[in-house]
Amino acid sequence: MSDPGLDCRIGVYLCHCGSNIAATVDVMALAEYARTLPNVVVAREYKYMCSDPGQELICTDIADKKLNRIVVAACSPMLHEKTFHNVLSRAGLNPFYLQFVNIREHVSWVHQDHKAATAKAMDLVRAATRRVALHKSLEKRRVPINPNVLVVGGGIAGIHAALTMADAGKHVYLVEREPTIGGHMAMFDKTFPTLDCAACILTPKMTSVGSHPNISLWAYSEVTQVEGYVGNYKVTVCRKPRYIIEDLCVGCQECITACIYKEGKTPDAFNQGLSKRKPVYLPFPQAIPQKVLIDPDACIEFKTGKCKKTCVEACAERNAIDFKQQESIEEIDVGAIILATGFRTFDAQRNAYYGYGQYKNVYTSLEIERLINASGPTSGVLQMRDGRQPQSVGIVHCVGSRDQNTNRWCSKVCCMYSLKLAHLIKERTGAEVYNFYIDMRTPGKGYEEFYDRLLDEGVHFVRGRVAEISDWPAHPSEEGKLIIRAEDTLAGFVRRIPVDMVVLSVGLEPKADARDVARLFNMSCASEGWFLERHPKLAPVSTFTDGVFIAGACQGPKDIPETVAQAGAAAAEVMALIDAGEIELDPYTAYVLEEHCSGCKTCIPMCPYGAIAFDSVKSKASVNEILCKGCGTCVSACPSGSINQNFFEDEEVFAETEGVLLHA
Amino acid sequence: MPNGQEDATTVFEPRIVAFFCNWCTYLASDLAGSSRMKYPPNSCVIRLMCSGRVDPQFILNAFAHGADGVLIGGCHPGDCHYREGNYKALRRFRLLRRMLVKMGIEEERVRLEWISAAEADRVRDVIREMVGKIRELGPLKLDLVPKAEMTKAEELIHA
Repeated sequence: MSDPGLDCRIGVYLCHCGSNIAATVDVMALAEYARTLPNVVVAREYKYMCSDPGQELICTDIADKKLNRIVVAACSPMLHEKTFHNVLSRAGLNPFYLQFVNIREHVSWVHQDHKAATAKAMDLVRAATRRVALHKSLEKRRVPINPNVLVVGGGIAGIHAALTMADAGKHVYLVEREPTIGGHMAMFDKTFPTLDCAACILTPKMTSVGSHPNISLWAYSEVTQVEGYVGNYKVTVCRKPRYIIEDLCVGCQECITACIYKEGKTPDAFNQGLSKRKPVYLPFPQAIPQKVLIDPDACIEFKTGKCKKTCVEACAERNAIDFKQQESIEEIDVGAIILATGFRTFDAQRNAYYGYGQYKNVYTSLEIERLINASGPTSGVLQMRDGRQPQSVGIVHCVGSRDQNTNRWCSKVCCMYSLKLAHLIKERTGAEVYNFYIDMRTPGKGYEEFYDRLLDEGVHFVRGRVAEISDWPAHPSEEGKLIIRAEDTLAGFVRRIPVDMVVLSVGLEPKADARDVARLFNMSCASEGWFLERHPKLAPVSTFTDGVFIAGACQGPKDIPETVAQAGAAAAEVMALIDAGEIELDPYTAYVLEEHCSGCKTCIPMCPYGAIAFDSVKSKASVNEILCKGCGTCVSACPSGSINQNFFEDEEVFAETEGVLLHA
Repeated sequence: MPNGQEDATTVFEPRIVAFFCNWCTYLASDLAGSSRMKYPPNSCVIRLMCSGRVDPQFILNAFAHGADGVLIGGCHPGDCHYREGNYKALRRFRLLRRMLVKMGIEEERVRLEWISAAEADRVRDVIREMVGKIRELGPLKLDLVPKAEMTKAEELIHA
């Protein structure tokens, strides 16, 4: 192993982080100890190393004491390694002469025994001083950024993000899995607490997306592959066949009228299956793109090949219908990606004791949204499946939320949408409305005021989780009714309330395939399946994959204002990234020591990025720095030790390992 | 404990080197920190970009220098930040473990765990378990090769 030599002058800087570190680790003793380590010229402790005076300390020492290696022991390198890279650069030192030691997340916050924690901190600092002595000067790589952006998901988050960036002049590809954009918001009737009509505020934005010159809207399409890295992603999108040539369809819907099906026979997904649609259909009147599509599972032509094709006749010279259409694959190059893939609602059948799917008058909240929506299956009349209007309605909160058996989290929006539905139901039908809640959670602008309004409107509130919904009458007057049983925890007794209709306020869940999507985009999910943000407080829309951002309810339950705010934030982050024109990449690439390389080619199949080539003239392997992402998998595979990795050199890792193990 | 008389200072404290990947397990151990989860202080984390970078020599080197256990943490299969580095880590780990067992190193002394960035509790539990297990096994006795000879051998390897 090479001797770092006498010219190695290390400065060790220990952060108290207020009391975050200093309360558990004896920072004074640590400094005292660091001074005894080989090559250490100076060791200082300071209350907040990341503060301006803290940084200044290092700068001054580098100049005065001619330091050429720096060890900073503080928090996680994820938080402040960059800060201190900058300090070194400012002081004229190569930033990679720094070794950052985590004595907060890995020591003071997880250990209670002060003596043991201090000893462990000493081990880590000793290891760092040994390692840093071997550090080399490295240059960050610069690569240009492709200015185009991909937005995945066309709900309100994706729409807002796409429009924001397109208005700023960026070209945006908006890819949506469903045949139309709009997402859940398009299904809602009114929005809380202002009672804005959801369609009225959403559809102008949808139309803008459809007509924006900077947006390529690809509905009914899915991303199937993502390659590349920040600034230069290559994305493959599969465009599913609509059996309608989008460019030729004008959205006149004459084909729908002409279809030989007089009535639709397929449950309409947009209306939560409460109505039926024909094989050729438009998902809903304001759908964008305003193009019909044909469902091959329902269309007679697809099933038998013997349809009269009245739709083709109706389309006439426009000739937009194409039964032979195949899925097409598009490849696009983008610099950054925003994921706004949203959520799904809790499947109420999982809570069998609420009778969803068993009693026909038990509905989910999303079904009620469609029932009271003027464009819904009943044109906005709240009627039950037997055509009656309910005289009494029970709304059950927290269905599938705050429940150890299903989802532990609070779905955040259910209290407020339940209040909204309670108001709308009362307004439209005059029914008695009972809300069964565990806690009323209304922490938003105007939210509590809306709750107060509902109290005034005479909506009943019962605090207590509903135990069971049944149709067992205890009295002839209860015949045909649904009986809600819940303990009223304020009054202190069990209530039994017969109602005509039950609304289950279902919670929010990650999409069923959230983990697959996360994998596709190479980012992480939290244990529940929500996408994981880089930092919950300070980087809420960034992910651990540079250039991939998240917005909206794919990150966790959110209401519309919060979703829009986050989508705007994600758009801003993307623009800050791509407007810089180029990006710096870590120099942790692998490189070949040619004189040692035997040309065995072991490393070549190891590389998932095809970054290693074989030079047949020299009979040596060579690494393409642009393609290398710096995982180091090839390095540990090389039988002759002739590939190494910058900043994770074998010697450096050995030195660090020995450092943590060998008590000086 | 061999006998109940021992006081805290003579209880064997295993030394564990933990090679964690930058994208999953290192983040999980950060989260364990910010969640103030408590676990014994016997392990030191060495950060690598990928579990695929864990060279079998790193593990041998750790044992040679007094580690009683080595823990490797990477992303769950299919979740690797570099696509498949963790599979490579798994292959090497299995081969090396076989070899270690033949060398008389109990297989519980090396452990490979898939721990995602969100699984802070898993970091805590794995370290707790491992410390417990190695306490039972006792210190690794690897004094077969005199230190001077080993240093010489290493010099040859890394020359």
